[in-house]
Parts: sequence; C-alpha cells; structure tokens
Amino acid sequence: MSPIRDDDGEDPTFDAIAGNDDAIDADEVVGTDDESGPARPAVSGHGRKGRVAADGGEGSEGARASSELRSDGGTRSKGNVSEFEQMADVSLTKGERRRQWADEKLLAPGRIVWSDWRARFGLLVVTFYLLMGIVGPKLVEAPSPNQGDYLIGAFRTLDHPFGTTASGTDILSQTVYATPSMLIMITSGAVFTVVLGTATGTLAGYKGGRVDSVLMTITDVMMTIPGLPLTIVLAAALQIDGNPAVIGILITINAWAGLARAIRSQVLTLRDAEYVEASRIMGIGTPKIIGSDIIPNLMPYITMNFVRQARAVIFGSVGLYFLGVLPYNSVNWGVMMNAAVNRAGATSSAAAFHWLLVPMLTIIVLALGLTLLAQGADRVFNPRVRARHAKSVEGGDEDDEEGGSGGTTTAATGGI
Amino acid sequence: MSYVLKRIGQSILTVFVVVSASFGLVRLLPGGPLDYLRAQAIQQGGSDMTMAEINQRIAAQTNIAVDEPIYVQYVEYMAAIVQGDFGQSIWYEQPVTSVIGPAIPWTVFLTASALFLAFTVGVSLGAIMAYKEGSRFDVTSTGIGLVLNSTPGYVVGLLLVAFLGYRYELFPTGGRYASELSPGFNVPFLASVLQHGAMPIASMAVVGFGGWALSMRGNSIRVLGEDYLRVARLRGLSTRRIALRYVARNAILPMYTGLMIAIGTVFGGAVIIENIFAYPGVGFYLIQAINARDYPLMMGGFILITVAMVIGITIADLTYGILDPRAKGGASRESY
Repeated sequence: MSPIRDDDGEDPTFDAIAGNDDAIDADEVVGTDDESGPARPAVSGHGRKGRVAADGGEGSEGARASSELRSDGGTRSKGNVSEFEQMADVSLTKGERRRQWADEKLLAPGRIVWSDWRARFGLLVVTFYLLMGIVGPKLVEAPSPNQGDYLIGAFRTLDHPFGTTASGTDILSQTVYATPSMLIMITSGAVFTVVLGTATGTLAGYKGGRVDSVLMTITDVMMTIPGLPLTIVLAAALQIDGNPAVIGILITINAWAGLARAIRSQVLTLRDAEYVEASRIMGIGTPKIIGSDIIPNLMPYITMNFVRQARAVIFGSVGLYFLGVLPYNSVNWGVMMNAAVNRAGATSSAAAFHWLLVPMLTIIVLALGLTLLAQGADRVFNPRVRARHAKSVEGGDEDDEEGGSGGTTTAATGGI
Repeated sequence: MSYVLKRIGQSILTVFVVVSASFGLVRLLPGGPLDYLRAQAIQQGGSDMTMAEINQRIAAQTNIAVDEPIYVQYVEYMAAIVQGDFGQSIWYEQPVTSVIGPAIPWTVFLTASALFLAFTVGVSLGAIMAYKEGSRFDVTSTGIGLVLNSTPGYVVGLLLVAFLGYRYELFPTGGRYASELSPGFNVPFLASVLQHGAMPIASMAVVGFGGWALSMRGNSIRVLGEDYLRVARLRGLSTRRIALRYVARNAILPMYTGLMIAIGTVFGGAVIIENIFAYPGVGFYLIQAINARDYPLMMGGFILITVAMVIGITIADLTYGILDPRAKGGASRESY
C-alpha cells in the first residue's frame, strides 16, 4: 500500500504543477465513494494534497485503480482521458490529407459540373479552346500566303477544311494561330476586372463611411463612361503596341466598376453576419476578415463574373479589331473578319463569305461555352447541390479507404 | 429630393472628369495628339509658317492655347466645352459640334429603340417561359436565348447586311434615310427612316432580348415560389392581377439596374453597329475621326457619347428610386 501511496503522493503534485488535468478524472472516480465527499470541494490542482491523504486512509478500490493508472505514466486507459485531450483513433498521414483535400476541392465540384449537361458542354468547349491555344500551333502549319488557291470555299478540300483567304492563306491555321493571343487577352482582361472589382467592392462595402463614399463616387463615375468608346479613344491617344495582355486590360478598362458596385452590395449584407461579428470581437484584423470571412462567400459571384467578363473581352476585342482601331502584332479573329470584309467584301460577295463565317462561329461557340460554364459554376457553389454530391463522395470513400471522416468533412464544408 | 440633387451632381462630376481626361489625353501625352497636330501644321503650312501661327492653328482646332501656362490652357479648354465649343474638325474642316451634333439624335434613336425592343420582348417572353416552366416551349426558348446571348451584336449585323442587305436586297445597307427625300414629318420620310434603321436596331435588339428573357424567367420562377404569392392566390385574386401586379412587378424590379448597365453596352455596341451599316451616328464619326487621326473630332465624339449615356443612366437611376422606395438611402453609416 505504501509504495503506491508514495507514487500517489508525488504524481498529483507533479500533475498539478504541470497543469495536467488527467488526474482529476481518477480522483473523481474515488470521490464517488461516500466519505471523501467533503474532501473534494475543488476540482483543481490545489485541493489535491489533502484529498490524497484521505484517499490513502480509506484504501478503497477506487484509489487503487487510480494509482495504478498513474504509476503506469504514459499508458492511460482510454475511458479516463478528458474529452478535451482525446485524440482521434486514427491520425491521417499527409498523403491521406492531400487526397481528402483533392476530393473536397476538386473532385466534388468536378462531379457536380459533370452531372449537368450545360456545364459539361461548357467545360468541354473551354478545354477544347485551351488545347487549341496551347497544342494547336504545334500541330497545324503556320499561316502564310499562297498556301493554296485563292478563296477556296469551306469544306471543299481536305487540305483546307475551312477554305482559304483572298491571298491563299489557310483559314483553319489562321484561326488556330489566333487562339493563344486571344486566350491571353481574355485572361488578362478578366483577371484585371475581377481583382480590381473585388478589391474595391469589398473594401468599400466593409469599411463603409468615408472610404465607401469616396470609392463609390469613383466607381459611379467610371461606370457611366461608355466602355468601348473609352477603349477606342485610349488606344488612339496612348499609341500602345499590340501586346494582347495590355489590350485585354484596355478593353475592360472600366468594367471593374460594375462588379465593384455589385460586390459592395453583397458585402453590405455579409458584414453584419454573426460569424463576421465574432471575428471582429476576437480582434482579427480587417484584411484577415475580408480575406477569410467575406471573400469566400463571394466566390460564386466572383467566378460567374470572371466568366462573364471573359465573354465581354472576346466580344469587345473582336469588335474593335474588326473595326481596325486596335493595334495588333499577330493575327486574331477580329483581324480576320476585318480583312474578310475590307479586302474581299465578304458581306456583299458569297465567294468570300466563309472567310467571315469561320471566325464568327469560333467566337460564338467559345462565348456559348463560357456562358454555360458560368451557369455550371453557379451550381458548384450552390450549397444544396453541393451537399447532395458530397454525400455521394462519402459513399465512394468508404469503398476504397477507411477515411470515412473525409466524406464527413466534405459534407460539412458543403453544408455551409 | 436630396437624392435627386446628389445623383445629378454625380452625373455632372462624371462629365467633368471625362472632359478633364480628354484634356489630359490631348495635351499631356508625349508624342500624343498635340505633337501630331503640330507636325501636321508644319507639314501643311510649309517652312514660312511661324511658331505663333502654328500655335494659333492648334488653338483653333483643339481649344488649347499652347503658349499659355498649363492651368490657363485647362481653364480655357473647359470653358470652351461648357459653351459647346468642341474645336474644329481637321477632316471635315468645320466645327466638331456641327459634324456630331446632327448625328446624336440618330444614335439615340437606334440605341433607345433597340433597348426598348429587347427589354419588352425579352421580359414578356421570359414571363411566359416561367409560367410554362419545363415545357417544350420553355426548353427551346431557353436554348435560343442562350445562343443569342452568346452572340455579339456585330455578328448578327454582318449576317443581316450580307443576307438581307446584299443578297436579297430587302433593306438598304447604309445611310439614315433615302438621299432623295427631305427630312420632315411625312410618311415616305418616316418609312425610309424606319427602313434604314431596321437592321441596325434589329442586330442590337436580337442579341439583347435573350439575356433579358433568361433573367426574367429566373426572377419570375423565384417570385412564383414566394409565400406572398400563395397568400395572393388564397385571397382569390384574379390570375391577371397576380401575374401583373405580383409576379411581373417583383421580377422586373431587380432587372432595372441591369438596364443601366445595358445602356452602356448598347452605346458601346452602337459604335460597331453604325460602322457596319454605314449609319452616320456618333459612333460612325468617332471611328472616322480615329482613322483620319482627327483628334478634335474624336474627343468631341467621345465626350458627346458620354454625355448622352450619362443622361440616360441618370434618368434610369432616378426613375428606379420612384419605382422601388427601398433603393433610396443605402448604407452610408460609418462602420468598422
């Protein structure tokens, strides 16, 4: 008995100093015995010493059980561990975590997109254009004059499936070689708009007051300036070169204003939400709150606008290139249309009409793909659709690995 | 009332900013318009032209007196614009206002008709689609709406010109009205105006109404599921009243802000459309000015397009406040 008690005497002290609360559980088990009742008023480390003596005096079964626990040191039985310190039975390795993350962030949205025909079509179209821009120029011969006869119609020969221009250039190869610069233009324009619009909108909406009124006055002024005429005038006055990234920004030069307005009004409703208020009370800084509480909630809207803006860049740039008022350093769809109309009179003569039609269809199909993708993106972020698909993810998980918790995580995230 | 004043003040501020920016673009850019105009003057006037004469010529063209200090230049430029003096067009060799002034009503005619047509047709179609949700009509219209929504206006314009204009010769391919007619309120003239305007208006309206129809459809479906609509039905209100007062009104209101953005899109699109149909509106002259490097005409055209659009948006914004009382106010309080 005495060696046990010695151990007993030392251990709680140590535990109390270390702030380890495990001992409390064991003592409480003892405390359920009748006599020790008055001796355990406080469940804190300080009340420990006196109680230990009392326990020792009783020599009850409970005391033995508890002391056995302590003498063992590290290996405590599971039932007695405080729930605050309880560890998961299985810890996840890095690989598993990565797989879970991929499942949650990539596969689940992917399944949702794939389940909807519109989004599937949009995704296929956009992927096709991306491939056309990246791989296409390596597969297709570069456009040059006199590749074939002049003005061969579309679908007449296999050598020139889309026909040739008035100078004998293959239209298919022109279309393909125009894709990379168009993609750069679209991306830069859309990124510019979304970043600037989101930054302005969230800041104005969240800060309110003077910041809001100053930013919104600027926004309103920018919004009421007609976009395409502004682009035309700037391109004429600034004498810029034809870098597609710069042109993309130039075309969306004031498109961010509309987005900023819309985002601001969404932030106005979000900034009073309970969880944002909680973050504020905890003393988290404004940039962090905007970054981790506000922006994630706006992601669906931002994504939709990214796609919408991409479409606007295509329409605007092709239109202005068609008018011949933008500088360029490589062929693109608008330049093709311009050449078709001005050099071959494609609107008035049937012989050259295919020259005009091919780039027009190229634009329409890409725009349609982007529109449908935007609708699909809406579904990805729709919590109800997401939750439904998260469940199917969980079911899939149980088959191949033990990580049932992976599915739960997804479901939890999806449910928000 | 204060809201109206504030809104008008904002519109004036917009115009002020645009005019100032136009001064900056013409005056301050190195190697920009002013240098070009000077070089042109030297080239045309020959070597016997003195510097003062060149400056005088530039001042007549752009309202910028180069030999004055820059703030004087700015004040004089702004004062001239306020008085309606946009300088002298180099290409047409007459005041910018007399080139572009007559073109403004025509551009407004095109854009306003196109916007009105697209909006009314789109909204009615969208409402019908919502009522027949899931039917074959709905599915087909949604598909058509999506395709039209993904088509730029100038593509439709080019197709119309190629087929209805040149191939079947149903509509004229250029001009505001037949050249042998004199303007006036008589039937042949108005008919000619409509005939010339039909294709440009159609190409802007056709691509617009798909978008309106789709958003009207979505809004109506949302409204149809609202509780207050069930209450209205339980009250035994007539279907007609429910459709117009309850569904239509609540579904259209959120689209009204879209109308303001659409005004901008239509004005921008008109620049391209007018050039396809050789329709002498403001956008047509804007592009002509750029091709001829006629900077005074270009800036004048741009400022006037902006003014027209600002007026349109201000009207839309002010009437929205009347239609939807919730729009007033806003979150002006200082928060965090």
